[in-house]
Amino acid sequence: MLSICKISFRYKSKHILKDIEIELNKGEILSIVGPNGTGKTTLLKCIAGIMKPGKGTILINGKNVSRMKRQNIAKSIAYVPQSSPSKFPITVFDAVLMGRRPYITWKPSQKDLELVARSLKSMDLHDIALQDFDQLSGGQKQKVLLARAVAQDTDYLLLDEPTSNLDLKHQMETMGMIFNMVKKNGVAAILAMHDLNLSSRFSDRMVMLKAGKVFCTGEPRQIMTVENIKSVYGVEAEIISINDHPYILPTRPVNEQQGLSSD
Amino acid sequence: MKDICEQYKGVTRKKLSFVIFLAALLFGVALIALSQGASSMGFKDSVTAIFQDSGIAHAIIWKLRLPRIIMAVLVGGGLALAGTVFQAILRNPLASPYTLGIASSAGFGAVTAIIFGGSFYSEYLIAGNAFFFALLSSFFILSIAKLKSYTPETMILAGIAIMFFFSSLSSLFQYMGTVEEVHEIVFWFFGSLSKVGWKEIGVASVMILLPTPIILRWSWDFNLLAAGDESAKALGVNVTRIRMLGMVFASLITAAAISFAGVIGFVGLVAPHIARMVIGGDHWFLFPASALVGAVLVLTADTLGRTLWAPQVIPIGIVTAFIGVPFFFYLLMKKTRQYW
Repeated sequence: MLSICKISFRYKSKHILKDIEIELNKGEILSIVGPNGTGKTTLLKCIAGIMKPGKGTILINGKNVSRMKRQNIAKSIAYVPQSSPSKFPITVFDAVLMGRRPYITWKPSQKDLELVARSLKSMDLHDIALQDFDQLSGGQKQKVLLARAVAQDTDYLLLDEPTSNLDLKHQMETMGMIFNMVKKNGVAAILAMHDLNLSSRFSDRMVMLKAGKVFCTGEPRQIMTVENIKSVYGVEAEIISINDHPYILPTRPVNEQQGLSSD
Repeated sequence: MKDICEQYKGVTRKKLSFVIFLAALLFGVALIALSQGASSMGFKDSVTAIFQDSGIAHAIIWKLRLPRIIMAVLVGGGLALAGTVFQAILRNPLASPYTLGIASSAGFGAVTAIIFGGSFYSEYLIAGNAFFFALLSSFFILSIAKLKSYTPETMILAGIAIMFFFSSLSSLFQYMGTVEEVHEIVFWFFGSLSKVGWKEIGVASVMILLPTPIILRWSWDFNLLAAGDESAKALGVNVTRIRMLGMVFASLITAAAISFAGVIGFVGLVAPHIARMVIGGDHWFLFPASALVGAVLVLTADTLGRTLWAPQVIPIGIVTAFIGVPFFFYLLMKKTRQYW
């Protein structure tokens, strides 16, 4: 189990995160949603150990992350960034092999190579394994970053907006892959998401952040309400239900309503 | 699944054979360098002369040519290695001892040691002072990058500013120095291996060879830096430590090379790119390949420089640029990637 207990984070004097509490069990997909600048990415980075929270603790199976070596954290938590800079040429295979870094000392072993090959295969990337990462499309790059996380062989996955920059089909594919990974391998995933409908469709639970605090948390059905969308996003919306999944149809921003009527 | 592994191993073998090819090439160039000079000997004579214990040939080889060859290899390999490290830790293809101003500041350190060394004047003082100033600049650049941002523009601009600052200081010393001092500085600045002896080689090889295994050991971490600081941290790399120590080691190597061969800037920028164009970005192979390219480049330049218009010696920095620039442009035009 991954427990996030009372995490706070400040940048200079500004509170980015305040008293965040989240628990995550294996086999679960949890989405963190909220408007821009509510601290979704910061929260993920704190959990991944990339940033140090000012207050609070993160426990992996009861073990305090701040007392663990970086390399050992990397064996239980994988972080998939939004995008990967590439100033230098690197093959897809090498990009995925990076996921084995926590296990490699001098050189990758046969087992490392095989795990990379397996995760490439599972993502349908084996045909482009030796191509330059930089030459790939956005969707393929995202898959490579996912494959890297698979090769890292961790219990927990943190994904920072895995569907931004992707077209509809790739969004669905990527989310489907994450869903399969979690359900098949019995791992757990936390996703920072912009797209409410995609997160509602694929998550077991959602956490809605507002100004660095947990506004509400629960199953998609409980989170995706007209009132919540209004007070967190400032948007009037309608909720429809298809196949038992709630979907949101935004109609208009709350504040501009008066501006429009006085015109 | 097996075949992806096999394909990958095939690529790995190709990279390894390129490194072996470069090593053989370096050996070949070294043999030519050993036999060429004011008194030309055959390959065979020059090699047997190494193992004789007397005679003029033996003296020429041991006192003049061998030290020169070894120093050229150390300097070329060292600058290329330092350039590769700078490029990796700053994630910047424009980084090199030269463009970051590290070479100029090390040069300034060496110049001040030459002028003000007085009775303390020694190889150690020159190298130590060069290292001190190289370190000063590299930490200055790191802190600027930390305060502002890690954008390539910030760092290269800061580096170029540092380069001009220390070049001007060195020029000021030349302007105010005595004729002998100026002569020595100018001679040294153009780059020369003609005064190299075994003592210099001792100092330089300690400074260059000591950090090398550590750098190689970290080649995975250097690979991961290319994926971005955040990914690297999330994969267990201590990014701050590797950046700091990488800077220290690369500065140490640069200082050693600059102290005994002058400001040969170009190698450190171009050798890593040449190696990368051929074998890609995996530092496990890139470090040795780039060091060997640098060594071949400098050794070839030095050998041509002292034989082409003998007895006139063309400074090594100039010849290096003459060989390296056309070759680099050739690769630049051949490759399609954006910044190359």
